[in-house]
Amino acid sequence: MSPTTTVDVAAAARAHPARLQLGRRLRSRSAIGVLMCLPLILLIGGLVGYPFFYSIYLSLLNKRETAFVGLANFRYLLTVDTFWMVVQMSFLFTGLAVLWKAILGFTLAVVINTLPVRGQRIWRGLSLIPWVMPLALSSLGWWWIYEPTHSALNWILALLGISPKPWLSEPSWAKFSVILVNIWYGTPFFMIIYLAGLKSIPNELFESSAIDGASAWQRLRFITLPMLKNIIAITVLFSTIVTFATFDIIRVLTRGGPRQSTHVFATYAFELGIATGDVPLGAAVSLFMFPILAVSAFFILRGIRRSTM
Amino acid sequence: MEQRTRRDFLKTTATGAAAAAVAGFPHVARAQTKLTFGVWDHWVPGANDVLKGIVMEWGKSNRVDISIDFITSIGNKLDLTSAAEYRAGSGHDIIAFGTWYGTLYKDKLETVSDVVESIQKQYGKYNDNAVYMNYQDGRWITVPAPIGSHTYPLETRMDIWKKSAGIDVQDIFPADVKKRDKKKIEAWDWKAFLAGAKKVHAAGFPFGASIAENTDSNDWLGPLFADHGVFPMDEKGNITIEQDATLQVIEYLRELTQYMPKEIYGWDDASNNRWLISGKGSAIINPPSAWTVAKRDQPQVAAQVWHHDMPRGPKGRWRGALPFSWGIWSWSKNKQAAKDLLLYLSLKEVQWKLITASQGYDYPQLPSFMTHPVWTEIVPPPGGQYNYPIRGDEKIITAGYPAKQEYGVQVYYKWLLPTMVGKVTSGGTTPKDAVKWAAKELESYKQRG
Repeated sequence: MSPTTTVDVAAAARAHPARLQLGRRLRSRSAIGVLMCLPLILLIGGLVGYPFFYSIYLSLLNKRETAFVGLANFRYLLTVDTFWMVVQMSFLFTGLAVLWKAILGFTLAVVINTLPVRGQRIWRGLSLIPWVMPLALSSLGWWWIYEPTHSALNWILALLGISPKPWLSEPSWAKFSVILVNIWYGTPFFMIIYLAGLKSIPNELFESSAIDGASAWQRLRFITLPMLKNIIAITVLFSTIVTFATFDIIRVLTRGGPRQSTHVFATYAFELGIATGDVPLGAAVSLFMFPILAVSAFFILRGIRRSTM
Repeated sequence: MEQRTRRDFLKTTATGAAAAAVAGFPHVARAQTKLTFGVWDHWVPGANDVLKGIVMEWGKSNRVDISIDFITSIGNKLDLTSAAEYRAGSGHDIIAFGTWYGTLYKDKLETVSDVVESIQKQYGKYNDNAVYMNYQDGRWITVPAPIGSHTYPLETRMDIWKKSAGIDVQDIFPADVKKRDKKKIEAWDWKAFLAGAKKVHAAGFPFGASIAENTDSNDWLGPLFADHGVFPMDEKGNITIEQDATLQVIEYLRELTQYMPKEIYGWDDASNNRWLISGKGSAIINPPSAWTVAKRDQPQVAAQVWHHDMPRGPKGRWRGALPFSWGIWSWSKNKQAAKDLLLYLSLKEVQWKLITASQGYDYPQLPSFMTHPVWTEIVPPPGGQYNYPIRGDEKIITAGYPAKQEYGVQVYYKWLLPTMVGKVTSGGTTPKDAVKWAAKELESYKQRG
């Protein structure tokens, strides 16, 4: 660098100290990081943050949205029978669906992982189909399978000599049917994440345990599961959040029926907010999910932190 | 096409009172302006094109650039659009509302009393249900729309009912109102219907109607309860569902549902159409859409379908309805042009073209428009739709009537009647407990106000 330039910079520094300071800050790693993330932060702020806070605001208003009523909407919901059915169904739906998705996803991942590499690709691709299809579209497909009067599934059952089932017209069968579709849709997500986790476990661990005479069950119990513990926790957390907010499957298959028995928070919120024009009450229903999810997220993430420390 | 302005229209209204009614509501030779119109996307092929042609031609003659959007009701898109526009305070100038939706947004709707009163002066009064849905707080909040509005008569396979139940619906409800036999009409009640339903069920062709979370359920259960004098809530907000007549109707349904398909608790709005078209069903309660699809897919079924009056109950004979309405948002900058257009679309000659385009599906809410020839002329079978317009003593109801609209909409869209009935006929609840549940629900609707 020439002396002239040095002089120029020094002069500039004297003349514009703030600008130089800003320039230094902008060159720092953290500033660049923030800048790079800014579009995403704005996007999340606009599409997630704003609606979230707006829905909190709405849930505190009266039906006509003309007066602040505090927690009255939440208190009101606690007195409505249908709402308690919704709570029950939401927990049943999420609990069973996440459990089975995790079990089936894990099993599929282990099975696929044992296949030769070339075979793995095909099966991995095929298993992902339910997950990559638009859910509203695949739900329509399932609707034709379950269709109350002309069910394709019942037609097959009849061929096998089994009596037809009321897939969508009897509450317990309807609950089973919508949970089944969610399991069908969500299992590939678990499978692909678990498969990636399995690939990351060093093969030497399995080889040395085999030399020590460990059985397949012992390898699973003492190597695979502990190594995948955090991944399992994260997938369960993500899936719980997404499953709790399920809308498409139930809206397409049962619209919350029969007798309001398959409503979950999202579909019930839609019914109240859009169909009957009670947006504040709909917002209150959807916000019931938030503390439940926040608490489960807290415990799961805390568990992960502790195990990695 | 003959173009008529509001002034032309008013010239044709004979009385001075009609002119007085529109004082301060002049048609002006306006400067070129713009108007946006969100209208229900008609499912009958070609119906949209006819409406678009009419609207565009009117726009050309009246210096209005009109943009028209056909919005489907599939996936609640029309309802979502009106909800979004209401909340955003922007959107179309004129928007079509599905049943009840205009009442939800009345505080942001321009009063259209001048338009509706002009129409009524020329063509007579709208039916009571239209008044209930569109006239609130001393003003017309929306104009009853013919496009998309429909009612729910019985659609009967006349061959099956004649052969298996010995009931000739064509004879009871001939395609000429003058030939109706009062005694036969009087005898067509819910008891007679049950006896017939039992026989067609035994023959393997049951009557089908849904008891589920859909509008079709309300549109036959609402009239059935009304026929027995049961309205869940009265106009003063009194809960009136806890009465003996409610229990009687539920008991009646407990018996009737034994002769209906077991799957009705999972049916959607298209299920009864499929039921009739499949050839398995011998009767449904539906507008002529099922017949229209049958005409395309199963013409031999369509040729046997006879539309006719609902059965009578001890307190009258009601028929279900799903009326549409048109509203002008309060933020519209072209209210005058919007009113002119709605008035124009309500003219008889315009309505005639629209009803023809819908193949008789659109049900005018002006009783004086029931003379349209489409229902007499459309085939097969000859006269099969003659009784789609009400010819006898039926009254029109949307389940929820006569409660205040803010409660009525909850009765309708929280599926009070189908849930109450289903609890007994499918869920094993006692009728008394089901009615108690319904009363509690109604009480919770009142708390919301």
